[in-house]
Amino acid sequence: MDFNQLKNISSEEWDNLNSENTIWIRVGYGASGQAAGAEEIFNLLKDLSSDNENIIISLVGSMGLSYAEPLIDIKSNDGIRVFYNNVTPDITKEIYNYLIQKNIPLSKYVLGQIVPNGRNPIDGIPELDKIEPLKYTKQIATKNFGNISPTNINHYIANGGYEGLNTALTTLDPDKTLNQVKDSGLRGRGGAAFSTGIKWSFLAGNNSNIKYILCNCEEGDPGAFNDKGILENDPHMLLEGLILAGYATGASNGHIFIRDGHEIPIENSRKAIQQAYDLNLLGENILGTGFSYDVEVSLTGDSYVAGEETALMEAIEGKRSMPRFKPPFPAAYGLWGKPSNINNVKTLSYVPYIIKEGSDKYKSIGSESSSGTAIVCLSGHIKRPGMYEIEMGMTIKNLLNNIGGGSSTNNDIKLLQTGGPLGGVLGKEDFDVKIDFDEMSKVGAILGSGGIIVADSTTDVVDLIRTLVAFNQFESCGKCFPCRLGNTHMLDILNRICNSRPNENDMDVIKKIGNSMKTGSLCGHGQLGYSPIASAIKYFKDEFDLALSANHPVDSNDEEMILPTRTRP
Amino acid sequence: MRNNKKPTNNEIMNAIENQPKISKKTVLSCLLAISNEFHFIPKNAVEIVAKYTGKTTNDVWGVASFYTNFRFTPPGDATLDICWGPSCHILGSQKILKDVHGLLGINQEGETKDGKITLRYSTCLGACSQGPVFAIDHKLYGKASVEKIKEKISDI
Repeated sequence: MDFNQLKNISSEEWDNLNSENTIWIRVGYGASGQAAGAEEIFNLLKDLSSDNENIIISLVGSMGLSYAEPLIDIKSNDGIRVFYNNVTPDITKEIYNYLIQKNIPLSKYVLGQIVPNGRNPIDGIPELDKIEPLKYTKQIATKNFGNISPTNINHYIANGGYEGLNTALTTLDPDKTLNQVKDSGLRGRGGAAFSTGIKWSFLAGNNSNIKYILCNCEEGDPGAFNDKGILENDPHMLLEGLILAGYATGASNGHIFIRDGHEIPIENSRKAIQQAYDLNLLGENILGTGFSYDVEVSLTGDSYVAGEETALMEAIEGKRSMPRFKPPFPAAYGLWGKPSNINNVKTLSYVPYIIKEGSDKYKSIGSESSSGTAIVCLSGHIKRPGMYEIEMGMTIKNLLNNIGGGSSTNNDIKLLQTGGPLGGVLGKEDFDVKIDFDEMSKVGAILGSGGIIVADSTTDVVDLIRTLVAFNQFESCGKCFPCRLGNTHMLDILNRICNSRPNENDMDVIKKIGNSMKTGSLCGHGQLGYSPIASAIKYFKDEFDLALSANHPVDSNDEEMILPTRTRP
Repeated sequence: MRNNKKPTNNEIMNAIENQPKISKKTVLSCLLAISNEFHFIPKNAVEIVAKYTGKTTNDVWGVASFYTNFRFTPPGDATLDICWGPSCHILGSQKILKDVHGLLGINQEGETKDGKITLRYSTCLGACSQGPVFAIDHKLYGKASVEKIKEKISDI
């Protein structure tokens, strides 16, 4: 079957679903949707509509609008999609019955509407892309979110999916494909922000007949859920990017690396891979072009360090996920000793767009040195927590106010915790900084994987830093003793400080430990262990001074923080 | 009640062989398959995995003891995970943990006296935007409070 035939079949299925005869109800799902109770709503709608064959109920991704979940989207006969937010089972019944009896939306629960071309919007309901926060977002990698079923390849193809792959395979050779990515200015979204095109060229230059593209979805950073979010919403987009990476670099195999237990991303990835094999978008001689490529899902157990690129390869090989010595670098000696390239989920998810629309178009989005968009995750004390795709260059202040809606409490926002537990905090005085890899690093802030935890003025900075260090201590793999012992020692000291039993030179000792960790650890886990403390001292030295004068405000009779006691022997 | 009968060697072999398709079965992939099937790693499994993968029992113990999701005794009927990561911490997870200790009558991770519930502290369950988060047997719940946890575990 050639690609045009696939497209025709897919479009037919999509058009049927959107025809006048069908009412299509989509329930936003994923980790966030599940936590908000979307499964119950989905099952209820299934029951309510069981005797009506013109009503189809699907689970889709939740578009990142966590604050609005459970979120349902009803496309009725007129083709207009109406979104209802924060529904409960009772509200769902009410909405459903109203729809069946009157065939009009129950406007009191409505968030917004999406109106197809040539139709008039329903009066009194805002258009979804005009509401806050969505009017400030820019959808490239997230354009299908909430629209298509993540487990249906035809939905993806009908909405322009695999066109980038088809274009590359039929009109571009691997070199030209790689150059498109290089010219787009795409930089890695896992934290290091290195040029993706240049990284790929290291692998492309190696002549081995077995080469691996490893897609990292370990995502252990608390506060970051955009990688899993992509797999929950649109796994085929990631898969297409992964295949394109294989084509551009001449790789033979791809792996999607996920932590065991994250069932929705794992199931979605497995289904997407199987569907792609069934349509010869994977496997031998893809679409008859002579290019062959295999992809599988690899699981890891619970280990934060498994997200480090060489530790990740150890985990796929079935060992303890501890980082390797470098050099040799993965592009020369990686998984199973073969040349390998590790990319973040978000990075690969931009590639289909770049190939389909061209590198110039991608480069025109965002800022000079950071092209494209950022997919940021907001959590903590913020009115509209969720996952949002924004153009690079937006200021932190605008992100918090326009998209996040400001503080969720009566207190002002005091700081952000960004870049994961090895990142740091960002104080209010730097909220004018632009979201851009270089602008942020100028003020010492780290965008990292895009997780932004918002904390209001009641937050105790010293206690927050203790939590970050406790996380790093618990997750140290133990290979390098400066990291293993250093984190433990720092946590002991911070526990003492938080319990109003500081020693005079505590901060000097912590700094010394931090220095040893920096010079004596193989990977970022140890090297960056001191960074959260350094950044907190930069903005909130007075709070540390207060704590060190044994006047710690949250002292409550020497109560210990509750932490896991499991360690890695 | 969960069936906590010690799995036989045959049952363990079945779990290893029926794991999802993968190009190379490894010590870790076999241990994950066993853990997902029986909710713990039985002692006899270590030798079986070693033999199956051509590694030593030392290698297998090394991997099994490294990843914090593996355990070596049967868990309670249900596992309650409560997140203590920074995002949930800011939203009050320490207080929730303390209250849940009181609710379950334990003061650390582990099983309740009646063996019904296993409590675990989780570093991140991946639904930060609904925090504080807890999970019962991997099913996630947001906006955690001790009342909500009490309600959700009441029918275990």
